[in-house]
Amino acid sequence: MNIVVCVKQVPDTSDPDTEVHIDSTGRGVDESKFSFVINDADNYAVEEAIRLKEKHGGEVTVVNIGPEGANQVIRMALAKGGNSAIRLFDEKFAFSDIVATARILHSAIKDLSYDIVMTGCMASDDGFAAVGVTLAQMLGIPHAAMVKHVEVIDEKKLKVGRELEGGLMEMLEIEIPCLLTIQTGINEPRYASFKGIREASKKEIKLMDLSAAGLGDDMVGEAGSVAVMKQYSVPEVGELAEMLEGDAGETSTKLAQILKEKGLV
Amino acid sequence: MNFELTEEQKLFKESIRDFASGEIAPVIDEYEEKQEFPYEIQRKMAGLGLFGLPFPEEYGGCGADFVTYAIAVEEIARVSASLAITVAAHTSLGSLTILVSGTEEQKKKWLVPLAKGEMLGAFGLTEPEAGSDAGATKTTAELSGDEWVINGTKCFITNSGTDISKIVTITAVTGMTGGKKEISNIIVPHGTPGFTVAPAYRKMGWHCSDTHELSFSDCRVPKENLLGERGKGFKAFLKALDCGRVGVAALSLGLASACLDESVKYAKERHQFGKPIGKNQAISFKCADMLMEIELARLATYKAAWCADEGRVYSREASIAKLFASETAMRAANMAVQIHGGYGYIEDYPVCRYFRDAKILEIGEGTSEIQRIVLARSLGL
Ligand SMILES: Cc1cc2nc3c(=O)[nH]c(=O)nc-3n(C[C@H](O)[C@H](O)[C@H](O)COP(=O)(O)OP(=O)(O)OC[C@H]3O[C@@H](n4cnc5c(N)ncnc54)[C@H](O)[C@@H]3O)c2cc1C
Repeated sequence: MNIVVCVKQVPDTSDPDTEVHIDSTGRGVDESKFSFVINDADNYAVEEAIRLKEKHGGEVTVVNIGPEGANQVIRMALAKGGNSAIRLFDEKFAFSDIVATARILHSAIKDLSYDIVMTGCMASDDGFAAVGVTLAQMLGIPHAAMVKHVEVIDEKKLKVGRELEGGLMEMLEIEIPCLLTIQTGINEPRYASFKGIREASKKEIKLMDLSAAGLGDDMVGEAGSVAVMKQYSVPEVGELAEMLEGDAGETSTKLAQILKEKGLV
Repeated sequence: MNFELTEEQKLFKESIRDFASGEIAPVIDEYEEKQEFPYEIQRKMAGLGLFGLPFPEEYGGCGADFVTYAIAVEEIARVSASLAITVAAHTSLGSLTILVSGTEEQKKKWLVPLAKGEMLGAFGLTEPEAGSDAGATKTTAELSGDEWVINGTKCFITNSGTDISKIVTITAVTGMTGGKKEISNIIVPHGTPGFTVAPAYRKMGWHCSDTHELSFSDCRVPKENLLGERGKGFKAFLKALDCGRVGVAALSLGLASACLDESVKYAKERHQFGKPIGKNQAISFKCADMLMEIELARLATYKAAWCADEGRVYSREASIAKLFASETAMRAANMAVQIHGGYGYIEDYPVCRYFRDAKILEIGEGTSEIQRIVLARSLGL
């Protein structure tokens, strides 16, 4: 069972005090104070891929689009049990939307021999939750999104569970090769051991730029995108909204007063 | 000069930090409260290689450098000083002595399971009447036929009474040469008749680290259990102690960092007089001091570990790191409780435990006074 797993490096916003500021271009955020981590859902995808490999044999290839700094998340995935990796990077990739992003991933994955392609179900930074399914379309393979259970039936079929609203689990069979977008909580991701990390340093991370990917200028970045990022903005405080100031005690008292005044309680 | 960690060190640091916050932090308070050794966490830590970092792969270890070891102890200590000392005492005292002085057979028999974390390492030096003056050892081991017959008491021995404590290495007087005590190291397996482990001490802190008094009464072990040369035990131990001090320094660093993290968080959250308490310089400057001291302690600790990796003599660096980092941890814990006010005195707030866990750092593996003696001596005073 050969598995390709796509991982994205995202800013670590687990600390509630993380401040996000729009940069001077208005089209990006100031990343100078961020530390970066693997996207949460991708971490579960890596774990699921490695578990399947451990159970059924085969190899796990890690694929990433990112600058050199992204090697950290790639190496960590290799340390946990990934076999090899591909990192795609080119200045021209900047401002790629989901279609261009999926196209870049597709260029690297299409020639690999795989049974399953996995992505996280959503990236925590841009939150599109669409790259995985777009990639499946480009690869011409069936997909299942928000997957929270994977079982191998035989060499041709998987049984997968999709998490729906209200904790409902939809079980379905899907033919191999296929693409699964993995939901968080599907497993308990492992931590890399020292030996795993040492082994990872010997594994190959193949680099691919625009020409190695066999793509043209007009297929990536803004030119290759169907949706173009115009501007970030922080929502303005509306006139109809009243912001309550003070500590929890004060604001809750004020809120209770307002609700009472308006006859809502 | 290069202050950058290697990629391997960075990745391991990240992995241990994630592990500590994901696997240790959520459950550690329960073990601390029950004063129970956390076997399950220990097993998971062993799986990551944490009990065999600086030992060669051929003996079941990881073949990591001492800087990596220091980083790992620091990261564990950010969440649990008890578990950090479990690793540190195991590594630098219990196991390193076997790597340094053991025969090939002893290494195969003992170091391999130790490095894999299947067994915990313990070293018994301290006695009721021989603490700082460790050479005053009263425990004796007499050679009788093919066996050492051991009599005496060791106190405050870390890792000596868990289900996976299988051996303790002790210092004992094996005779007199030229009117001087001849001190040797001997490995005593648990379960040997005459070797008794007393119930665990009730300690101020480090509640789920395992500490016992051990007594030996006509306890017989095979002649081959002598570790290193007869009469060279004390010297060998002092060598291991250098590494031990780097371990305690790293532990102190982690604990001090945890104090700072909690302090900054609380200083932002807690409002008095209509503003966060952190807006008062009396509070923010305490945090600034902590930050500065922690950074200096880190530099001293990593430098001592680096000296060990370079194969240099590093007793002085180890003493400086241990002394400064442990006192930094105590000051940081003190300030952290102060910043938390009354809440800091309540067990629901982690700084309460940090304060209890910090004090021993200025005592174990050579008190602050002893470190100053070591340093003064190195100046010829
Ligand atoms: C939780 C815990 C775990 C421990 N783990 C271990 C272990 O695994 N193995 C082990 O062998 N030991 C262990 N110890 C023992 C520890 O190393 C000793 O407690 C320490 O070395 C101090 O010895 P002491 O307690 O006898 O104090 P003492 O030596 O009696 O010292 C009392 C005070 O006198 C001071 N003092 C002593 N001599 C001088 C001097 N010449 N000049 C100035 N001041 C001096 C000391 O600094 C100290 O302030 C542990 C202790 C504890 C509490």
